[in-house]
Amino acid sequence: MYLTKEEELICKGEMGKGMQEAIKLLIAIGDAYDAEKMIPISRAHAASSGQEGDLYFVELLADGGAHCKVPTSTNPVYDIEYFDNLFEVPKNEAEVARRVMEAYKRVGAILSWSCIPYMAENIPLYGETVAFSESSATPYVNSVIGARTNREAAQSALAAGVIGKTPKYGLHIKENRKGTHLVKVEATLKDEFDYTLLGYYVGKRIGYGIPVLTGISRLPKTEELINFCAMSNVPGAISMFYIAGFTVEASIVKEAFQGDKPKDKITVTDHELKQVYEELQTTSGKIDFVMLGCPHYTLKQVEEAARLLDGKKIHDGVSFWVCTSATTKTLAQRIGYIDVIEGAGGHVVADTCIDEPCWIAYKDKVGMTDSPKCAYYRRFKEARVGRLQDCVETAIKGKQE
Amino acid sequence: MKNSEISLKCHKIVGGYGEGEALVSHEPICFYLTDPKTGIVRERSHELTGKNLANKVLVFPSGKASSVVQIDGLFKLASNNVAPKAMIVKEVETVLIVSAFLVKVPLVDRLEKDPFKIIHTGDFVKVDAEKGRVTVKKRGS
Repeated sequence: MYLTKEEELICKGEMGKGMQEAIKLLIAIGDAYDAEKMIPISRAHAASSGQEGDLYFVELLADGGAHCKVPTSTNPVYDIEYFDNLFEVPKNEAEVARRVMEAYKRVGAILSWSCIPYMAENIPLYGETVAFSESSATPYVNSVIGARTNREAAQSALAAGVIGKTPKYGLHIKENRKGTHLVKVEATLKDEFDYTLLGYYVGKRIGYGIPVLTGISRLPKTEELINFCAMSNVPGAISMFYIAGFTVEASIVKEAFQGDKPKDKITVTDHELKQVYEELQTTSGKIDFVMLGCPHYTLKQVEEAARLLDGKKIHDGVSFWVCTSATTKTLAQRIGYIDVIEGAGGHVVADTCIDEPCWIAYKDKVGMTDSPKCAYYRRFKEARVGRLQDCVETAIKGKQE
Repeated sequence: MKNSEISLKCHKIVGGYGEGEALVSHEPICFYLTDPKTGIVRERSHELTGKNLANKVLVFPSGKASSVVQIDGLFKLASNNVAPKAMIVKEVETVLIVSAFLVKVPLVDRLEKDPFKIIHTGDFVKVDAEKGRVTVKKRGS
């Protein structure tokens, strides 16, 4: 890969050890993909996690004096204080999380601790070149917004944020953004949960590729798109997709395939979505918890949870959790949604991912969620997947009827 | 003996030198699904289940699974000194590059011949990523 004079100096360590490590990683990636050069980015999102590999790299950069050159947001870890007051989070685990969060602060990141940063804290525009990790954020940014990002790891996104550049390969090149599979949607899509099932099915059928969806007749809602992005990356790796008639980069099918033929065609009917739903019913009967907010709930989803819980009481044996961003929690507090949810016996927690050691108390518990992604991570024994309304009703009764 | 060794050109991704006994997997590998203390593959119904990848030269088609788990998996192996000595792959993706970079395990691809035809489990393999060269000494030769 061609390096400018400045990039060569960074690589020799003349701008400090942190920047040197960051650019070395970007060069390894660029060389692997035969990238001709690096291109500037205007923002990044690092999928931080409270795990040791993540800690090692962010501390390496922070200790080496690196500082984000472009706005770089962060993924959820967990609200250590909130959980400390409730459960016994293992001390060594909490220490890793504390150090991760402290190192991202030192490196100058936007401490958003949210997996949907494109909603509030770090919003790309159409056509922007960015480096967004988090498998659910990558397709949203590429497809819904029409900015350009590769499927990044937390570390490559952070390195890009620190250098302000990324190697030019993959989805930064127009030819690589063409559709690969044609997906005819004949299923009825009523709400965001139907998009959850659709995303899961499409990810499972295609695995790795760029699906082009046809047959969707109304403009999908934000939450529907968020769910499609997240769930298609549970059984698959979908970093970009098109919806004929709606997505910005190509609104007609021919354009999405850039004149080429699709590699494969699939059809999705109500039958396939019903099958996915049935596959996700891994338990029945009594539940110990409900976990919502994977990906983080939007303000609208928090409002909906509050509306369903208004004047109700969650069953004594059930813990009810909503994970969201600090931004959303602040607004929800101000508007009064949090009072309603807490009044019914639920929790709304910011900065927290459902895949973290803070959930240790649920290790052997059985519960329910509206997210197959949450169910997949298995910080608990088992979780059944259903609509939000179904989750709330089950939480009130304590069991599935 | 010189002619019992096969020398192949390759493409460097993560630099360095590593040598050891080859362990070949025809299936993609997720490092999270190995025992972090020993390096034994724990993934159910994988062709390497029960095999130990510690200190081996690992030959496999590609990585798999989400970035967080893959990176954390290899990182834990390396922290316990049971990571592979070098890795030879057919297809790279960003997550595998980042994983190898963080733990400083040499990673190469684009061997001039199909690695699955040339290298078999038990062969002795030297990977000189810096020089872009892989040397294979057949088992028993």
